Amino acid sequence: MTDALIAAEGLAVSYGATPALHNVDFSVAPGEIVTLIGPNGSGKSTLVRALLGVVQPSAGRVTRRPGLRVGYVPQKLAVDARMPLTVARFLSLPVPQRGDEIAAMLARVGVAGLERRQMTGLSGGQFQRVLLARALLADPHLLILDEATQGLDQPGTAAFYELIAEVRRDTGAAILMVSHDLHVVMSASDRVVCLNGHVCCQGQPHVVTAAPEYRALFGLGTHGTMALYRHKHDHAHDACDHAAPEKEAADVG
Amino acid sequence: MLDDFLLRAALAGLAVAVAAGPLGAFVVWRRMAYFGEATAHAAVLGVALALGFEISIFAGTLATALAMALAVLHLSGRGMAVDTALGVLAHGALAFGLVAVSFLHGVRVDLTAYLFGDILAVNRGELAVIWAGALAVVALLLWRWNALLTVTVSDDLATAAGLDPARERLVLTLALALVVAVALQVVGALLIVALLIVPAAAARPLARSPEGMALAASGIGALAAMGGLWGSMQFDTPAGPSIVVAATVLFGFSLLLPRQG
Repeated sequence: MTDALIAAEGLAVSYGATPALHNVDFSVAPGEIVTLIGPNGSGKSTLVRALLGVVQPSAGRVTRRPGLRVGYVPQKLAVDARMPLTVARFLSLPVPQRGDEIAAMLARVGVAGLERRQMTGLSGGQFQRVLLARALLADPHLLILDEATQGLDQPGTAAFYELIAEVRRDTGAAILMVSHDLHVVMSASDRVVCLNGHVCCQGQPHVVTAAPEYRALFGLGTHGTMALYRHKHDHAHDACDHAAPEKEAADVG
Repeated sequence: MLDDFLLRAALAGLAVAVAAGPLGAFVVWRRMAYFGEATAHAAVLGVALALGFEISIFAGTLATALAMALAVLHLSGRGMAVDTALGVLAHGALAFGLVAVSFLHGVRVDLTAYLFGDILAVNRGELAVIWAGALAVVALLLWRWNALLTVTVSDDLATAAGLDPARERLVLTLALALVVAVALQVVGALLIVALLIVPAAAARPLARSPEGMALAASGIGALAAMGGLWGSMQFDTPAGPSIVVAATVLFGFSLLLPRQG
Protein backbone atom coordinates (compact mmCIF):
# COMPACT_ATOMS: atom_id res chain seq x y z
CA MET A 1 0.00 0.00 0.00
CA THR A 2 3.04 2.25 0.17
CA ASP A 3 3.01 3.20 -3.51
CA ALA A 4 -0.74 3.91 -3.55
CA LEU A 5 -1.89 7.32 -4.77
CA ILE A 6 -4.47 7.48 -2.05
CA ALA A 7 -5.28 5.09 0.76
CA ALA A 8 -7.73 4.74 3.61
CA GLU A 9 -6.79 2.61 6.58
CA GLY A 10 -9.29 1.50 9.19
CA LEU A 11 -11.48 4.38 8.05
CA ALA A 12 -14.70 5.15 9.93
CA VAL A 13 -17.00 8.09 9.26
CA SER A 14 -20.09 9.04 11.24
CA TYR A 15 -22.70 11.71 10.65
CA GLY A 16 -23.64 12.59 14.19
CA ALA A 17 -24.59 9.33 15.83
CA THR A 18 -25.17 7.59 12.50
CA PRO A 19 -22.22 5.52 11.34
CA ALA A 20 -21.75 5.66 7.56
CA LEU A 21 -18.51 3.72 7.19
CA HIS A 22 -16.54 1.49 9.51
CA ASN A 23 -13.21 -0.24 9.26
CA VAL A 24 -12.65 0.46 5.58
CA ASP A 25 -9.28 -0.35 4.04
CA PHE A 26 -9.11 0.96 0.53
CA SER A 27 -6.48 2.20 -1.86
CA VAL A 28 -5.98 3.19 -5.47
CA ALA A 29 -2.66 2.45 -7.21
CA PRO A 30 -1.25 4.62 -10.05
CA GLY A 31 -2.93 3.92 -13.38
CA GLU A 32 -5.55 1.63 -11.86
CA ILE A 33 -9.26 1.75 -12.71
CA VAL A 34 -11.30 0.95 -9.61
CA THR A 35 -15.08 0.79 -9.64
CA LEU A 36 -16.84 1.27 -6.33
CA ILE A 37 -20.31 -0.23 -6.13
CA GLY A 38 -22.87 -0.65 -3.37
CA PRO A 39 -26.55 -0.14 -2.70
CA ASN A 40 -28.03 3.24 -1.76
CA GLY A 41 -26.78 4.43 1.60
CA SER A 42 -23.81 2.05 1.54
CA GLY A 43 -21.35 4.92 2.04
CA LYS A 44 -19.93 5.18 -1.49
CA SER A 45 -20.17 8.94 -1.65
CA THR A 46 -19.04 9.20 1.97
CA LEU A 47 -15.89 7.23 1.13
CA VAL A 48 -15.23 9.54 -1.83
CA ARG A 49 -15.80 12.62 0.30
CA ALA A 50 -13.49 11.28 2.99
CA LEU A 51 -10.82 10.58 0.36
CA LEU A 52 -11.23 14.14 -0.95
CA GLY A 53 -10.98 15.56 2.57
CA VAL A 54 -14.49 17.05 2.58
CA VAL A 55 -15.57 14.94 5.57
CA GLN A 56 -13.29 14.09 8.47
CA PRO A 57 -12.88 10.46 9.56
CA SER A 58 -14.04 9.60 13.06
CA ALA A 59 -11.42 6.83 13.13
CA GLY A 60 -8.61 5.62 10.93
CA ARG A 61 -6.88 7.82 8.39
CA VAL A 62 -6.59 8.82 4.78
CA THR A 63 -3.16 9.22 3.25
CA ARG A 64 -2.44 10.84 -0.09
CA ARG A 65 0.76 10.74 -2.04
CA PRO A 66 2.39 14.18 -1.54
CA GLY A 67 1.55 16.54 -4.40
CA LEU A 68 -1.34 14.39 -5.57
CA ARG A 69 -3.57 16.15 -8.08
CA VAL A 70 -7.17 14.98 -7.99
CA GLY A 71 -9.77 15.60 -10.69
CA TYR A 72 -13.25 15.28 -9.25
CA VAL A 73 -16.55 14.85 -11.06
CA PRO A 74 -19.32 15.17 -8.45
CA GLN A 75 -22.55 13.19 -8.42
CA LYS A 76 -24.57 16.29 -8.95
CA LEU A 77 -23.87 19.95 -9.12
CA ALA A 78 -26.55 22.60 -9.07
CA VAL A 79 -25.30 25.78 -10.68
CA ASP A 80 -27.64 28.46 -9.44
CA ALA A 81 -29.34 30.48 -12.17
CA ARG A 82 -28.62 33.61 -10.16
CA MET A 83 -24.96 33.30 -11.05
CA PRO A 84 -24.25 33.93 -14.72
CA LEU A 85 -21.52 31.45 -15.60
CA THR A 86 -20.30 30.43 -19.02
CA VAL A 87 -18.75 27.03 -19.63
CA ALA A 88 -15.35 28.65 -20.30
CA ARG A 89 -15.48 30.59 -17.02
CA PHE A 90 -16.54 27.49 -15.09
CA LEU A 91 -13.58 25.57 -16.53
CA SER A 92 -11.27 28.31 -15.26
CA LEU A 93 -12.32 27.89 -11.61
CA PRO A 94 -10.23 28.14 -9.57
CA VAL A 95 -7.24 27.85 -11.93
CA PRO A 96 -7.32 30.10 -15.03
CA GLN A 97 -7.00 28.08 -18.24
CA ARG A 98 -5.96 29.23 -21.70
CA GLY A 99 -8.71 29.57 -24.29
CA ASP A 100 -7.14 27.09 -26.71
CA GLU A 101 -6.72 24.50 -23.96
CA ILE A 102 -10.37 24.88 -22.99
CA ALA A 103 -11.44 24.47 -26.62
CA ALA A 104 -9.25 21.38 -27.06
CA MET A 105 -10.54 19.77 -23.85
CA LEU A 106 -14.17 20.41 -24.74
CA ALA A 107 -13.57 18.81 -28.14
CA ARG A 108 -11.90 15.86 -26.46
CA VAL A 109 -14.85 15.12 -24.19
CA GLY A 110 -17.17 15.49 -27.16
CA VAL A 111 -18.79 18.86 -26.59
CA ALA A 112 -16.74 21.17 -28.81
CA GLY A 113 -17.80 24.78 -29.12
CA LEU A 114 -19.76 25.10 -25.86
CA GLU A 115 -17.41 27.73 -24.38
CA ARG A 116 -19.80 30.65 -24.48
CA ARG A 117 -22.90 28.75 -23.42
CA GLN A 118 -24.31 29.29 -19.92
CA MET A 119 -23.88 26.36 -17.49
CA THR A 120 -27.59 26.48 -16.65
CA GLY A 121 -28.49 25.99 -20.33
CA LEU A 122 -26.71 22.65 -20.78
CA SER A 123 -28.40 19.28 -21.14
CA GLY A 124 -27.63 16.55 -18.59
CA GLY A 125 -25.15 14.81 -20.89
CA GLN A 126 -23.39 18.05 -21.84
CA PHE A 127 -23.16 19.05 -18.19
CA GLN A 128 -21.48 15.75 -17.21
CA ARG A 129 -18.97 16.12 -20.03
CA VAL A 130 -18.17 19.69 -19.02
CA LEU A 131 -17.61 18.46 -15.43
CA LEU A 132 -15.27 15.81 -16.82
CA ALA A 133 -13.44 18.44 -18.90
CA ARG A 134 -12.96 20.54 -15.77
CA ALA A 135 -11.56 17.56 -13.86
CA LEU A 136 -9.19 16.68 -16.73
CA LEU A 137 -7.91 20.26 -17.08
CA ALA A 138 -6.35 19.83 -13.63
CA ASP A 139 -4.06 17.21 -15.26
CA PRO A 140 -4.92 14.79 -12.45
CA HIS A 141 -3.01 11.77 -11.19
CA LEU A 142 -6.32 10.47 -9.93
CA LEU A 143 -9.72 11.03 -11.48
CA ILE A 144 -12.69 10.49 -9.16
CA LEU A 145 -16.11 10.09 -10.77
CA ASP A 146 -19.10 9.88 -8.43
CA GLU A 147 -21.97 8.30 -10.34
CA ALA A 148 -20.92 10.36 -13.32
CA THR A 149 -23.14 8.41 -15.73
CA GLN A 150 -26.28 9.19 -13.79
CA GLY A 151 -28.90 10.50 -16.17
CA LEU A 152 -27.15 9.09 -19.23
CA ASP A 153 -28.83 6.40 -21.32
CA GLN A 154 -27.02 3.19 -22.19
CA PRO A 155 -25.31 4.40 -25.37
CA GLY A 156 -24.42 7.58 -23.49
CA THR A 157 -22.96 5.54 -20.62
CA ALA A 158 -21.05 3.35 -23.06
CA ALA A 159 -19.58 6.40 -24.78
CA PHE A 160 -18.66 7.85 -21.38
CA TYR A 161 -16.90 4.63 -20.33
CA GLU A 162 -15.05 4.58 -23.63
CA LEU A 163 -13.89 8.12 -23.00
CA ILE A 164 -12.70 7.22 -19.48
CA ALA A 165 -10.76 4.22 -20.77
CA GLU A 166 -9.19 6.51 -23.37
CA VAL A 167 -8.22 9.04 -20.69
CA ARG A 168 -6.43 6.31 -18.76
CA ARG A 169 -4.63 5.17 -21.92
CA ASP A 170 -3.56 8.70 -22.84
CA THR A 171 -2.70 10.20 -19.46
CA GLY A 172 -2.02 7.18 -17.27
CA ALA A 173 -4.28 8.68 -14.61
CA ALA A 174 -5.77 6.32 -12.06
CA ILE A 175 -9.56 6.29 -12.05
CA LEU A 176 -11.94 5.77 -9.16
CA MET A 177 -15.47 5.38 -10.42
CA VAL A 178 -18.52 5.16 -8.20
CA SER A 179 -21.54 3.36 -9.61
CA HIS A 180 -24.92 2.69 -8.11
CA ASP A 181 -25.38 -0.27 -10.42
CA LEU A 182 -24.47 -3.38 -8.46
CA HIS A 183 -23.87 -5.66 -11.41
CA VAL A 184 -23.12 -3.78 -14.58
CA VAL A 185 -19.76 -2.01 -14.43
CA MET A 186 -17.16 -0.60 -16.77
CA SER A 187 -15.37 -3.53 -18.41
CA ALA A 188 -12.00 -1.76 -18.24
CA SER A 189 -12.14 -1.83 -14.40
CA ASP A 190 -9.08 -3.52 -12.96
CA ARG A 191 -10.89 -4.00 -9.69
CA VAL A 192 -14.45 -3.76 -8.47
CA VAL A 193 -14.98 -2.97 -4.80
CA CYS A 194 -18.38 -3.65 -3.28
CA LEU A 195 -19.18 -1.46 -0.30
CA ASN A 196 -21.91 -1.67 2.29
CA GLY A 197 -20.72 0.31 5.30
CA HIS A 198 -17.52 -1.67 4.93
CA VAL A 199 -15.79 -3.47 2.07
CA CYS A 200 -18.00 -6.50 1.34
CA CYS A 201 -16.03 -8.04 -1.45
CA GLN A 202 -13.78 -7.12 -4.31
CA GLY A 203 -12.60 -8.67 -7.54
CA GLN A 204 -12.41 -8.37 -11.26
CA PRO A 205 -15.35 -7.74 -13.52
CA HIS A 206 -16.56 -10.39 -15.90
CA VAL A 207 -16.30 -9.32 -19.45
CA VAL A 208 -19.45 -10.39 -21.12
CA THR A 209 -18.99 -12.45 -24.22
CA ALA A 210 -21.23 -12.44 -27.20
CA ALA A 211 -24.09 -14.20 -25.42
CA PRO A 212 -27.30 -13.00 -27.03
CA GLU A 213 -29.07 -12.55 -23.70
CA TYR A 214 -26.48 -9.96 -22.69
CA ARG A 215 -26.60 -8.28 -26.04
CA ALA A 216 -30.30 -7.95 -25.37
CA LEU A 217 -29.68 -6.69 -21.82
CA PHE A 218 -27.03 -4.07 -22.65
CA GLY A 219 -28.34 -3.10 -26.05
CA LEU A 220 -26.26 -2.66 -29.14
CA GLY A 221 -23.50 -0.16 -29.63
CA THR A 222 -21.96 -0.36 -26.18
CA HIS A 223 -18.73 -1.55 -27.82
CA GLY A 224 -17.95 -3.96 -25.02
CA THR A 225 -17.47 -1.16 -22.51
CA MET A 226 -19.79 -2.74 -19.96
CA ALA A 227 -19.20 -5.87 -17.95
CA LEU A 228 -20.73 -7.84 -15.09
CA TYR A 229 -19.44 -8.05 -11.58
CA ARG A 230 -19.96 -11.31 -9.72
CA HIS A 231 -20.22 -10.81 -5.96
CA LYS A 232 -18.24 -13.37 -4.02
CA HIS A 233 -18.47 -12.74 -0.33
CA ASP A 234 -15.84 -14.33 1.85
CA HIS A 235 -18.09 -13.78 4.83
CA ALA A 236 -21.80 -14.05 5.29
CA HIS A 237 -24.12 -11.66 7.07
CA ASP A 238 -27.27 -9.74 6.41
CA ALA A 239 -25.55 -6.52 5.48
CA CYS A 240 -24.46 -7.92 2.14
CA ASP A 241 -27.64 -9.58 0.99
CA HIS A 242 -27.87 -7.22 -1.98
CA ALA A 243 -26.00 -9.72 -4.14
CA ALA A 244 -29.00 -11.96 -4.68
CA PRO A 245 -28.73 -12.02 -8.49
CA GLU A 246 -25.28 -13.57 -8.08
CA LYS A 247 -26.59 -16.98 -8.99
CA GLU A 248 -28.14 -15.63 -12.12
CA ALA A 249 -24.93 -13.90 -13.10
CA ALA A 250 -22.90 -16.98 -12.29
CA ASP A 251 -25.03 -19.10 -14.56
CA VAL A 252 -23.91 -17.19 -17.59
CA GLY A 253 -20.49 -15.97 -16.43
CA MET B 1 -12.95 70.97 -3.08
CA LEU B 2 -14.48 68.67 -0.50
CA ASP B 3 -16.16 71.61 1.20
CA ASP B 4 -19.49 70.95 -0.44
CA PHE B 5 -21.58 68.57 1.67
CA LEU B 6 -23.32 67.27 -1.42
CA LEU B 7 -20.02 66.35 -3.07
CA ARG B 8 -18.91 64.53 0.08
CA ALA B 9 -22.23 62.71 0.19
CA ALA B 10 -21.89 61.71 -3.47
CA LEU B 11 -18.35 60.41 -2.91
CA ALA B 12 -19.47 58.45 0.16
CA GLY B 13 -22.34 56.90 -1.80
CA LEU B 14 -19.95 56.01 -4.60
CA ALA B 15 -17.56 54.29 -2.18
CA VAL B 16 -20.31 52.14 -0.74
CA ALA B 17 -21.58 51.26 -4.23
CA VAL B 18 -18.09 50.16 -5.33
CA ALA B 19 -17.76 47.76 -2.38
CA ALA B 20 -21.38 46.65 -2.22
CA GLY B 21 -21.48 45.61 -5.91
CA PRO B 22 -19.19 42.56 -5.82
CA LEU B 23 -20.08 41.65 -2.22
CA GLY B 24 -23.79 41.98 -3.02
CA ALA B 25 -23.33 39.56 -5.90
CA PHE B 26 -22.02 36.97 -3.44
CA VAL B 27 -24.87 37.71 -1.03
CA VAL B 28 -27.31 36.95 -3.88
CA TRP B 29 -25.47 33.85 -5.14
CA ARG B 30 -25.02 32.36 -1.69
CA ARG B 31 -28.44 33.38 -0.34
CA MET B 32 -26.87 35.35 2.48
CA ALA B 33 -29.60 37.99 2.78
CA TYR B 34 -30.57 37.02 6.32
CA PHE B 35 -26.92 36.65 7.23
CA GLY B 36 -26.48 40.24 6.06
CA GLU B 37 -29.49 41.42 8.05
CA ALA B 38 -28.16 39.88 11.26
CA THR B 39 -24.76 41.47 10.72
CA ALA B 40 -26.20 44.88 9.85
CA HIS B 41 -28.60 44.92 12.79
CA ALA B 42 -25.76 44.10 15.16
CA ALA B 43 -24.28 47.43 14.13
CA VAL B 44 -26.97 49.23 16.17
CA LEU B 45 -25.69 47.45 19.26
CA GLY B 46 -22.22 48.51 18.13
CA VAL B 47 -23.32 52.13 18.08
CA ALA B 48 -24.62 51.86 21.64
CA LEU B 49 -21.41 50.24 22.85
CA ALA B 50 -19.25 52.79 21.02
CA LEU B 51 -21.16 55.69 22.60
CA GLY B 52 -21.14 54.02 26.01
CA PHE B 53 -17.40 53.34 25.99
CA GLU B 54 -16.59 56.48 24.05
CA ILE B 55 -14.76 54.80 21.21
CA SER B 56 -15.21 55.54 17.51
CA ILE B 57 -18.55 54.50 16.00
CA PHE B 58 -16.73 52.85 13.09
CA ALA B 59 -14.66 50.66 15.40
CA GLY B 60 -17.69 49.80 17.54
CA THR B 61 -19.90 48.78 14.62
CA LEU B 62 -17.09 46.89 12.89
CA ALA B 63 -16.40 44.91 16.06
CA THR B 64 -20.02 43.98 16.79
CA ALA B 65 -20.79 43.27 13.12
CA LEU B 66 -17.78 40.99 12.93
CA ALA B 67 -18.69 39.26 16.20
CA MET B 68 -22.24 38.70 14.97
CA ALA B 69 -21.10 37.46 11.56
CA LEU B 70 -18.67 35.00 13.16
CA ALA B 71 -21.39 33.78 15.54
CA VAL B 72 -23.75 33.19 12.62
CA LEU B 73 -21.00 31.44 10.64
CA HIS B 74 -20.33 29.17 13.61
CA LEU B 75 -24.01 28.33 14.09
CA SER B 76 -24.62 27.58 10.42
CA GLY B 77 -21.51 25.38 10.38
CA ARG B 78 -23.06 23.24 13.13
CA GLY B 79 -26.09 22.38 11.05
CA MET B 80 -28.58 24.51 12.97
CA ALA B 81 -31.81 25.35 11.19
CA VAL B 82 -30.06 28.34 9.67
CA ASP B 83 -33.11 30.27 8.63
CA THR B 84 -34.63 30.28 12.11
CA ALA B 85 -31.37 30.92 13.90
CA LEU B 86 -30.64 33.86 11.62
CA GLY B 87 -34.12 35.26 12.10
CA VAL B 88 -33.67 35.14 15.87
CA LEU B 89 -30.23 36.73 15.73
CA ALA B 90 -31.14 39.40 13.17
CA HIS B 91 -34.10 40.75 15.09
CA GLY B 92 -32.67 40.03 18.51
CA ALA B 93 -29.59 42.10 17.67
CA LEU B 94 -31.71 45.00 16.51
CA ALA B 95 -33.90 44.95 19.63
CA PHE B 96 -30.90 44.63 21.95
CA GLY B 97 -29.25 47.53 20.15
CA LEU B 98 -32.29 49.78 20.49
CA VAL B 99 -32.69 48.96 24.17
CA ALA B 100 -28.97 49.46 24.80
CA VAL B 101 -29.09 52.92 23.18
CA SER B 102 -31.93 53.91 25.53
CA PHE B 103 -29.69 53.15 28.54
CA LEU B 104 -27.23 55.82 27.46
CA HIS B 105 -28.09 58.62 29.88
CA GLY B 106 -26.68 62.00 29.18
CA VAL B 107 -25.92 61.19 25.58
CA ARG B 108 -28.30 62.65 23.09
CA VAL B 109 -28.50 60.03 20.35
CA ASP B 110 -30.18 60.64 17.04
CA LEU B 111 -31.24 57.07 16.43
CA THR B 112 -32.67 57.82 12.99
CA ALA B 113 -29.18 58.63 11.75
CA TYR B 114 -28.01 55.12 12.57
CA LEU B 115 -31.12 53.32 11.40
CA PHE B 116 -31.56 55.16 8.11
CA GLY B 117 -28.20 56.81 7.53
CA ASP B 118 -27.03 60.39 7.57
CA ILE B 119 -25.07 60.66 4.35
CA LEU B 120 -25.48 64.43 4.05
CA ALA B 121 -23.58 64.91 7.33
CA VAL B 122 -20.46 62.97 6.27
CA ASN B 123 -17.33 65.01 7.07
CA ARG B 124 -13.88 64.72 5.49
CA GLY B 125 -12.47 62.36 8.08
CA GLU B 126 -15.47 60.05 7.80
CA LEU B 127 -15.25 60.15 4.02
CA ALA B 128 -11.65 59.00 4.22
CA VAL B 129 -12.60 56.11 6.53
CA ILE B 130 -15.49 55.12 4.24
CA TRP B 131 -13.24 55.02 1.16
CA ALA B 132 -10.48 53.15 3.00
CA GLY B 133 -13.00 50.54 4.18
CA ALA B 134 -14.58 50.22 0.75
CA LEU B 135 -11.22 49.79 -0.98
CA ALA B 136 -10.19 47.23 1.63
CA VAL B 137 -13.33 45.21 0.82
CA VAL B 138 -12.62 45.39 -2.92
CA ALA B 139 -8.98 44.38 -2.40
CA LEU B 140 -10.02 41.46 -0.20
CA LEU B 141 -12.55 40.20 -2.74
CA LEU B 142 -10.16 40.64 -5.67
CA TRP B 143 -7.44 38.73 -3.85
CA ARG B 144 -9.68 35.71 -3.21
CA TRP B 145 -11.93 36.12 -6.27
CA ASN B 146 -11.45 32.78 -8.03
CA ALA B 147 -11.42 30.85 -4.77
CA LEU B 148 -14.62 32.57 -3.60
CA LEU B 149 -16.36 31.79 -6.89
CA THR B 150 -15.28 28.14 -6.74
CA VAL B 151 -16.51 27.73 -3.18
CA THR B 152 -19.79 29.40 -4.16
CA VAL B 153 -20.28 26.95 -7.04
CA SER B 154 -19.45 23.91 -4.91
CA ASP B 155 -17.68 23.25 -1.60
CA ASP B 156 -16.69 19.78 -2.80
CA LEU B 157 -15.13 20.96 -6.06
CA ALA B 158 -13.27 23.62 -4.14
CA THR B 159 -11.96 21.09 -1.60
CA ALA B 160 -10.87 18.73 -4.38
CA ALA B 161 -8.98 21.66 -5.93
CA GLY B 162 -7.13 22.18 -2.64
CA LEU B 163 -9.13 25.15 -1.35
CA ASP B 164 -10.52 25.47 2.17
CA PRO B 165 -14.22 26.47 2.02
CA ALA B 166 -14.21 27.53 5.70
CA ARG B 167 -11.42 30.01 5.03
CA GLU B 168 -13.23 31.54 2.04
CA ARG B 169 -16.44 31.87 4.08
CA LEU B 170 -14.39 33.76 6.66
CA VAL B 171 -13.19 36.16 3.93
CA LEU B 172 -16.80 36.89 2.95
CA THR B 173 -17.74 37.34 6.60
CA LEU B 174 -14.97 39.86 7.13
CA ALA B 175 -15.95 41.72 3.94
CA LEU B 176 -19.57 41.83 5.09
CA ALA B 177 -18.66 43.26 8.50
CA LEU B 178 -16.50 45.91 6.81
CA VAL B 179 -19.28 46.93 4.43
CA VAL B 180 -21.73 47.20 7.32
CA ALA B 181 -19.36 49.49 9.22
CA VAL B 182 -18.73 51.57 6.11
CA ALA B 183 -22.35 51.83 4.97
CA LEU B 184 -23.88 52.58 8.37
CA GLN B 185 -23.59 56.32 7.95
CA VAL B 186 -24.64 56.19 4.29
CA VAL B 187 -27.89 54.21 4.35
CA GLY B 188 -28.21 53.11 7.97
CA ALA B 189 -28.43 49.68 9.60
CA LEU B 190 -31.92 48.89 8.32
CA LEU B 191 -31.15 49.47 4.65
CA ILE B 192 -27.59 48.18 4.26
CA VAL B 193 -28.74 44.80 2.99
CA ALA B 194 -30.95 46.52 0.42
CA LEU B 195 -27.87 48.22 -0.97
CA LEU B 196 -26.20 44.81 -1.24
CA ILE B 197 -29.07 42.88 -2.79
CA VAL B 198 -31.01 45.32 -4.95
CA PRO B 199 -28.17 46.45 -7.28
CA ALA B 200 -26.91 42.86 -7.63
CA ALA B 201 -30.39 41.61 -8.47
CA ALA B 202 -30.81 44.43 -10.99
CA ALA B 203 -27.44 43.54 -12.53
CA ARG B 204 -28.30 39.87 -13.09
CA PRO B 205 -30.10 40.22 -16.47
CA LEU B 206 -27.27 42.40 -17.82
CA ALA B 207 -24.46 39.94 -17.11
CA ARG B 208 -23.01 36.89 -18.82
CA SER B 209 -20.27 36.30 -16.25
CA PRO B 210 -19.82 36.63 -12.46
CA GLU B 211 -17.38 39.51 -13.04
CA GLY B 212 -19.88 41.27 -15.30
CA MET B 213 -22.57 40.96 -12.66
CA ALA B 214 -20.32 42.35 -9.91
CA LEU B 215 -19.27 45.33 -12.05
CA ALA B 216 -22.81 46.03 -13.22
CA ALA B 217 -23.98 45.88 -9.59
CA SER B 218 -21.41 48.53 -8.63
CA GLY B 219 -22.49 50.68 -11.58
CA ILE B 220 -26.16 50.38 -10.70
CA GLY B 221 -25.35 51.09 -7.04
CA ALA B 222 -23.46 54.24 -8.03
CA LEU B 223 -26.31 55.34 -10.28
CA ALA B 224 -28.78 54.74 -7.44
CA ALA B 225 -26.62 56.76 -5.02
CA MET B 226 -26.50 59.71 -7.41
CA GLY B 227 -30.18 59.43 -8.32
CA GLY B 228 -31.18 59.06 -4.67
CA LEU B 229 -29.18 62.13 -3.62
CA TRP B 230 -30.68 64.12 -6.47
CA GLY B 231 -34.20 63.02 -5.51
CA SER B 232 -33.48 63.77 -1.87
CA MET B 233 -32.49 67.36 -2.78
CA GLN B 234 -35.32 67.75 -5.26
CA PHE B 235 -38.16 66.45 -3.12
CA ASP B 236 -36.68 67.05 0.35
CA THR B 237 -36.78 63.33 1.24
CA PRO B 238 -34.39 61.42 3.54
CA ALA B 239 -31.24 60.60 1.56
CA GLY B 240 -30.60 56.97 2.62
CA PRO B 241 -34.08 55.65 1.83
CA SER B 242 -34.11 57.74 -1.36
CA ILE B 243 -30.98 55.91 -2.56
CA VAL B 244 -32.65 52.55 -1.94
CA VAL B 245 -35.79 53.78 -3.73
CA ALA B 246 -33.64 54.72 -6.74
CA ALA B 247 -31.99 51.28 -6.69
CA THR B 248 -35.37 49.57 -6.53
CA VAL B 249 -36.65 51.64 -9.48
CA LEU B 250 -33.55 50.56 -11.44
CA PHE B 251 -34.30 46.94 -10.47
CA GLY B 252 -37.81 47.42 -11.85
CA PHE B 253 -36.38 48.60 -15.17
CA SER B 254 -33.97 45.64 -15.25
CA LEU B 255 -36.93 43.26 -15.24
CA LEU B 256 -37.93 44.65 -18.63
CA LEU B 257 -34.57 43.81 -20.19
CA PRO B 258 -33.94 40.56 -22.09
CA ARG B 259 -31.62 38.27 -20.16
CA GLN B 260 -28.07 38.12 -21.52
CA GLY B 261 -27.02 34.83 -19.99
